[in-house]
Parts: sequence; structure tokens; C-alpha cells
Amino acid sequence: MTVSAFLTAHSVNVKLSGRAVLKDISLALSAGHLVALVGPNGAGKTTLLRALAGLVASDGAINVEGEALSSLTLRERARRFAYLPQGHIVHWPLPARDIVALGRYPHGATDPARLTPRDTEAVLRAMRLTDVMEFGARRITELSGGERSRVALARVLAVEAPVILADEPTASLDPRHQIDVMKTLRHAADEGALVMVVTHDLGLAARFADTILVLSDGRLVSQGAPMEALSEQIMGDVFRISAYRAEFQREAVIVPWAEI
Amino acid sequence: MSNQNVMATVDAASRWRAGVMSALVALVVLLLLASLGIGPVRLSPLTVVDALFGGGSDVQQVIVREIRLPRTILGFAIGAMLGLSGAALQGLLRNPLASPSLFGAPQSAAFGAVLIIALGIADVRSYALPVAAIMAAFASVFVLLAIAGRNAGLLILILAGLAISSLAGAATALVMNLSSNPFAVLEIAFWLLGSLEDRSFHHVILALPFIVAGAAILLSQRNAFRALSLGEEAAQSLGVDVARLRLLVISGVALGVGGAVAVTGTIGFIGLVAPHLMRPLIGHDPARLLVPSALTGSALLLSADIAVRIIPSTSDIKVGVLTSIIGVPFFLYLIKRERRALAGGVA
Repeated sequence: MTVSAFLTAHSVNVKLSGRAVLKDISLALSAGHLVALVGPNGAGKTTLLRALAGLVASDGAINVEGEALSSLTLRERARRFAYLPQGHIVHWPLPARDIVALGRYPHGATDPARLTPRDTEAVLRAMRLTDVMEFGARRITELSGGERSRVALARVLAVEAPVILADEPTASLDPRHQIDVMKTLRHAADEGALVMVVTHDLGLAARFADTILVLSDGRLVSQGAPMEALSEQIMGDVFRISAYRAEFQREAVIVPWAEI
Repeated sequence: MSNQNVMATVDAASRWRAGVMSALVALVVLLLLASLGIGPVRLSPLTVVDALFGGGSDVQQVIVREIRLPRTILGFAIGAMLGLSGAALQGLLRNPLASPSLFGAPQSAAFGAVLIIALGIADVRSYALPVAAIMAAFASVFVLLAIAGRNAGLLILILAGLAISSLAGAATALVMNLSSNPFAVLEIAFWLLGSLEDRSFHHVILALPFIVAGAAILLSQRNAFRALSLGEEAAQSLGVDVARLRLLVISGVALGVGGAVAVTGTIGFIGLVAPHLMRPLIGHDPARLLVPSALTGSALLLSADIAVRIIPSTSDIKVGVLTSIIGVPFFLYLIKRERRALAGGVA
């Protein structure tokens, strides 16, 4: 465990309806890093994200900024972890700007029509970073999939939390939007946040992440810099594929190639 | 769009909502006056106000203050509670077809009350009646949400609601079936139809504390409904205790609906209709819909109660019958509109 570790987990186990979904997970992550969480379907990626945010009960110890997760109130957790679930669900056709403003909920701004200047500043900043300002007044249901995902991302950025947990933020987006989203998250990490992204896109993970965690059947089987964490051995054992590996413009390139 | 523009649309929307609210309040005040003025003896709004504050003849005072005022207060409070309950349940379940009556809450409350009457445990004017109704309403909504589970789709909720209201109806029928007193049965049958007629201040005192408590609980949770728009998981991650919220909403709805049913019998569909009437005017934000839906519920029940006094008929039309006659076709229309979501089985 490094001294600068911002978020740590020690022997975390999670059982969901009697089945062990996470088995003995220990990790230490630093602020300012973008961490990609990869693994086959059903490996427990989403559950690990939920456990770290305290959304699912786990045994073992999770610490954030040196404080035990279990000792934090719901609101204290909400200020530390901004969580983006899969699918960008919004059940009512609310204006995009009101959805972004929900990011200030943990800070006591529960009504988007009554934001403090500080809240307004955070909301506008998040909207600028994700380039959603132009359709801020439009209803979420009137937006395209790519626009919706940016609004969802803006909501998460507006929390201004030290930890951002995003579950498949690039799923079902076109390549241009996938890169947009990853660059926005990379920017948040560069500004000092710990960003953790679940993704199936090993190429995006290798290119944008500082660290890659590989989960397989509930266990953390590999972690480290992209090329080491996604070694040929791991690619074969965990994903049962071979990959094309290269470097392009000084960034790691991994392209899944053939089944083994 | 610039920063100023994005925020300016917020102000414009708030002003529009304030306008709608003022219009609603004015409408409800008019209906309150009409409800006090209309009946076998018609009184002008001025006479009503005069009699209300101790002016006018003794007869006018008795008509307004003792006969029509309790009925009007109950119409206002119960209509508001039903509208509020509907909006709160729709917010909790993120589902435009949620409402107390579709979930069998009033039917269950009625069963609780009927059981108390039939068993002779307490007389009709005691607090045992609303308490039993509230407990039965709480049990019905609790069981419904437990069966439907988290993130339940429309179809599951409506099927479970249908089953629960059928069960409550069957249980009520059983109690009446087994009752040895035919007059009591007839009285229960009429009471079940739902009416505000011949209610005194005693009924107001019986129901109002529960309605006020229920409304206070639901209104206190309003902002959590907005966070719930993002789904339960995201809401939890924003600091909303979703399990606690569920329990509070079930309690609030049960208190309000149980209290209401105990004095008026079952009055359905106002909770379903009121939020739908408000969405085109107020928008879909579940937190902002609560108070306008309550006012709309008041306006609907007061109108229906005025209508049953005006519609010429040989015997009294019960207000609960009227709201169902209007409400059920509206429900069918909603089903048609939500057809796609229903067929997919997802909310």
C-alpha cells in the first residue's frame, strides 16, 4: 500500500443472494489517476464499483482519504463519490440543466431552481466541460444518445467529488463520443480526482488509463500500467483472446484480435 | 447558449409555475365558495362569506357553518391528500400509472374499517376506525412493493395492485356476507361507494390529523423524488436513503388514504388523474408536481361533490361513483398512451 493511496480496499468480499461475487479484493489507488476496471461479463466489475461507493454491503475494509467508508454518513459518502450508473437512466423528461444540477444534491442543493452561487458555478463548469451548454434547457428525452451521455457525465462532474466512479460511460456511443467522454474523464483525473471507469473497450482503457485492474470471476487477477496489466498471458487466461499490441503517438494500443 | 441564457430559462420556468399555482389557488377558492353555496338552498358567494363569519340569518349560518363547511373541508383535504398521494407514489416508483387506488390502498383501508364495524369492536365515530383503515392501507402498499420488488415495471405493479384490490374487495364482501345484520350490510355497501354527504365536524376531527400528518410526511420528502428520477442507485449515490424513503412514502400514503377512507369510504382515481393534469402545465419534475397535484385533487373532488348535488336524479349519486366513472376511462386512455412501455414490461 503506497503512502499516497487515496482509496484503499482490504480483503473486500461481496455476496449477492448467496453467491460470492467479489472474493478477497485488495487495492490501493491514488488521486489524480484514471483507473480502468476491465474483465469479462459477470466478473464483478459493477459490483466492485458499487462496493467502493458503499452502494452494496461488503465485508472487509474500504478507506477513502484515510477514513473508513463504514463510518461515513450517506451524505458524506455522496460528497466523496460521484457515481455514474450504466445506461444513463432518467425516468422523467426533465430539462438537461436540472439533471446536471442534481449533482449538487449531496451539497444540500436539492432544488435546481434555488442554487447558491457556488452551486451554479459548479453546474456551469460541468456543463462547459462536457459541452452541453447549448441544450441545457431542452428535455433529456429530446436529446440523442451521445448528448444524453454527456449530460449524465456533467451531472457526475458537478458533484466535484474527489472520486468519480463511472460504469461503462462509453457503452453504445459512437467512436467520436467515446473519445470525448474518455478525454473529459482524463481531464478530471489530471485535475486531481481519482477516476475509475468500467469498460469493455480494452483499446480505450489502454490508451487513457494510468492503471488497469483486471477482474476475473470476482478476483483481482492483474493490475498495473496498461501494457503490463494486459499482458499476453492475462489476455489469454482471462479474455481467451490474443491482441495486437503497439504504440501510436506514444500511447499504448491494444486491439483484441482472435479467440484462443 | 451562454451561461446567462441557461439560467434565465430557470427563472422563466419558475415564473410560469408561480402563475399556474396562483390560478390553481384561485380555482380552489372559487370551488370552496361554490361548495358552501350550492345545495337545496342556494346561497350567493357573498352570503356564504357573510354567514361564515357570523353574519346573515341563523338558518344561513347553520347551513353554511354546520352542514356545508365540514363537507367542504373534507372535500378539500381528502382531494388534496389523494392528489398528493398519487404524485408521491408516481415519484417514488418513477411510474405515471402509480396511484393509491390502482394499488388497492383505499380498498384495503375500507376492508380494515368494515372489519371494525362488522365485528362491533368500536362504533363508527371512534378513532379505531381510521386507525384500522390506516393499518390496512399500510399493509396493502407494503405488500405490493415487497411483491413487485425494486425497479418493478409497470406491468408487475399493476398486476400486483389488481390482485391486492381484488383480495381486499373479496375480504370486504366476506365480512358483509358473514354479517348477521342486513341493515348494517346495506349501510356498509353505501358507505363503500364513497360520499361526503352528511359529514359533521366530528368526521373532520377524525380524519384531519391523519391527513395532515400524511401530507407533511410526503411533502418533507419532495426533493428526494427528484433525485430518484435518476433511478434508485444513482439517488442512493447522491445521498438519498432509498429504503427509508420508501417506508416514509408508504406511511404517508397510508395515513392520508386510511384517514380519508375512514370517514368517506372509497373515492378512487383522483390520485391517478391529478398529476397527469398538471404535467403539461408544470413539467415532469416529481418534486414540483406534489403541491399542484394536491390542489388539483382538491379541485377535482370539490367539483365532483358539487356535481352530485346538481345532477338531477331520483336518489343521491355518490361522489366515489362519479370519480370512478370519470377516472376509469381516463385510466384506459393512459394505458393506451403507455402501451409501448406496458408491452415491453419496463418502466
